[in-house]
Amino acid sequence: MSKVRVLVGTRKGAFILSSDGKRQNWEVSGPHFAGWEIYHMKGSPADPNRIYVSQTSGWFGQLIQRSDDGGKTWSTPGGAIETGPDGMPKGQSNKFAYDTSNKGKPLTTHQWYDGTQHPWEFKRVWHLEPSLKDPDTVYAGVEDAALFQSKDGAHSWQELPGLRGHGTGPKWQPGAGGMCLHTILLDPKNPGRIYIAISAAGAFRTDDGGETWKPINRGLHSQYIPDPRAEIGHCVHHIAMHPSRPNTLFMQKHWDVMRSDDGGDNWTEVSGNLPTDFGFVVDVHAHEPETIYVVPIKSDGEHYVHEGKLRVYRSRKGGNEWEALTKGLPQKDCYVNVLRDAMAVDSLDKCGVYFGTTGGQVYASADAGDSWMPIVRDLPAVLSVEVQTLS
Amino acid sequence: MIRVELPSHLRTLAKVNGEVRLEVPAPVTQRAVLDALEAQYPALRGTIRDHDTLKRRAFLRFFACEEDLSHESPDAPLPEAVASGKEPFLIIGAVAGGKS
Repeated sequence: MSKVRVLVGTRKGAFILSSDGKRQNWEVSGPHFAGWEIYHMKGSPADPNRIYVSQTSGWFGQLIQRSDDGGKTWSTPGGAIETGPDGMPKGQSNKFAYDTSNKGKPLTTHQWYDGTQHPWEFKRVWHLEPSLKDPDTVYAGVEDAALFQSKDGAHSWQELPGLRGHGTGPKWQPGAGGMCLHTILLDPKNPGRIYIAISAAGAFRTDDGGETWKPINRGLHSQYIPDPRAEIGHCVHHIAMHPSRPNTLFMQKHWDVMRSDDGGDNWTEVSGNLPTDFGFVVDVHAHEPETIYVVPIKSDGEHYVHEGKLRVYRSRKGGNEWEALTKGLPQKDCYVNVLRDAMAVDSLDKCGVYFGTTGGQVYASADAGDSWMPIVRDLPAVLSVEVQTLS
Repeated sequence: MIRVELPSHLRTLAKVNGEVRLEVPAPVTQRAVLDALEAQYPALRGTIRDHDTLKRRAFLRFFACEEDLSHESPDAPLPEAVASGKEPFLIIGAVAGGKS
């Protein structure tokens, strides 16, 4: 019988929520890495027992943890005593060193809040995206924004410097949450194509496995930047894609819900009848590529749900026409946020949808959003939610 | 034998209970102690000082013999009481270090 495993990263540790295919009764495991911020955890599609975790702390910096048994045990991949050529232990799983060679074209600064140029400084890993085919290959989106890759199961990391080096880097600037690369989408039909998104620079695409990149922001309109239609500078919050239609992308921007049907070359707004089109999450139904979900947030100044009601909005037409999903969700006095990586879907016959809140609740729907129940109510603030569907 | 006290999160990471004891060749300095610590517990590399610059992370402090040694040169000799193992070298998370 199928099972689902929900991987939850919070401000104070990681939790693993497990259930059978009915998704009614849940076992809660955790906290793992108690007291640490877990920005993201994700399982390998090629080996579901392989799970990667981004573990961070204001005191101790970045760590990468890995499990090879579905979350029962963990290790820091570079943590074994392995002496390098300099006589020091390698210990590189948490070493994210920006590439400074950049083919003779070093890029070392980006735009700071005051408009001056500022050097790149590594802060944390926001998102880990395991390869679709190889359990040992995994991508990391980091702050300050850059894309790293490991081909040895997170023992060591190398930057894919073409992203920062393509020319617009000096115009990138941090959003309120920092200058983070938070979205990584791997095209299942084209191994060379990767989409990424950065706050606040925008969306980018490579078609050659990360060597060269192009900004894909045409059609985005952001009133808070000097040129609202600029090629660079948009605060993209999240992008989602259905694996059967990788040219169609759905974006929750700072304000505006957008879609593209040409691999990001052009975007059109599909906010339609949403009560507010500010938000962070966006996701796609596992079996219906035109059914999408967002959670509208009141505004950029008030990061909580609109009117004190926790409502997921679903469009069955790829946007513009939205319905509020409220059954089982609090409809008064609710002031939580749902952060950009905190929604996911399973791939069971009846698609399950999951999201976590800054109030520590993780909600699940076993009927594509028609009704919801809390799996847990009192976790630390949820930073990320991922789901593994296990056979 | 040098004695080192780690904050609880780093004890968990290093999988140790209580004090860590290290063989450190003379002269016993901050750098020598941290080199020995990271050699014995590689998972700690990058958590106390930056991988590349080897600078102390901003929200950690080094104490010994009731003195704050955080701003001392990493190559300055540590107090004799630390070098002899009479007193521990303390690595402490700053009270105001985290945002949550």
